[in-house]
Amino acid sequence: MDGQQRIPILKVGRVLIVPIQVDMDDQTVIHLQERILTELERTGARGVLIDISLLEMVDSFIGRVLSDIAAMARIMDARTVVVGMRPAVAITLVELGLELRGVDTVLNVDEGIKLLRSEFAISEDEEEGLDYGGPAPLAEQLNRT
Amino acid sequence: MQSSSIALECEHDIAVARGEVRSVAAAIGFPLIDQTRLATVASELARNVVKYARRGRMIAQPTADARGRAGLRLIFEDTGPGIPDIAAAMRDGFSTGRGLGKGLPGSKRLVDEFEIESEVGRGTRVTIVRWL
Repeated sequence: MDGQQRIPILKVGRVLIVPIQVDMDDQTVIHLQERILTELERTGARGVLIDISLLEMVDSFIGRVLSDIAAMARIMDARTVVVGMRPAVAITLVELGLELRGVDTVLNVDEGIKLLRSEFAISEDEEEGLDYGGPAPLAEQLNRT
Repeated sequence: MQSSSIALECEHDIAVARGEVRSVAAAIGFPLIDQTRLATVASELARNVVKYARRGRMIAQPTADARGRAGLRLIFEDTGPGIPDIAAAMRDGFSTGRGLGKGLPGSKRLVDEFEIESEVGRGTRVTIVRWL
C-alpha cells in the first residue's frame, strides 16, 4: 500500500466536499491540505466540507492539519466544517487534549451544507452550479431593505 | 495470542502500526472506544519514534494480569537521541518539534499504565498497557 493515496475533492456549487474514506498516512494528509488550498484558489469556492465519518482515528497530527486547513481556508475567505466525527473519535480527541481550534464540527453532510449555506447565503441556484455572482440572492437583498 | 513487532522507519509505518494495534485490540475483545484509544496512542508514539529517532520498532503484546484480566501492552523503542528532560516532555504543550505537545501527556491519559525510560544518546522506550 505504498505511494500516494488519492482523496477525492468534489465541487458542489461553491462548496468543496472532501470525503475521507481511508486511514491516511502523514504524506497523504499533507498532500490533501495542499490540494484543498489549490482547489479553493482555482474554483473560488467559499466553503470546505470535510467528511470524516469513515475515519477511525484522529490523532494530534491529523487534528493539527484540520485546524491548519481551516485557518488557511479562512484567509482565503472560505469557511471549513468537519462533519461526521464518530463518538469514539470525539471522546479520544478530548482525552488527548485536542480542541480542533477554528474548526466547526457538525453531525452530518446535510447539516454541514446548511451551515455553509447560511454563512455565505449560498443559494440553491448556486448549489446547482448556476453562479449568481453576487454576495446574496437578489430577492434576499431586497427583503433586507 | 502472539506478540507482533512492527518496524518504524518511515511515515507510512505509523499508519501500519496503528492498523495493527486496532486489529490486535479487536481480537482481544476491546470495545470500539478502547480500540480507538489504543490506535490513537500507537499513532502518537510511533510518530515520535519516526520523527525524533528516525527508526525503531513497536511491539504489540497481548497480556493478562494475575487475576486473568486481558490487556494489551505496547512497547515503542528506539536507539535515537533520547529525551533529556522527561518531566518537561510529559507536560501539556511542551514540544521540541512542530507538534502540539500533546503526544506524550495525551497518550498517558488514554491508557492505564504508562512508563517511559530514556537515556540521552542511547534511546527511548515507552511502554503502555490498557486493561480490558
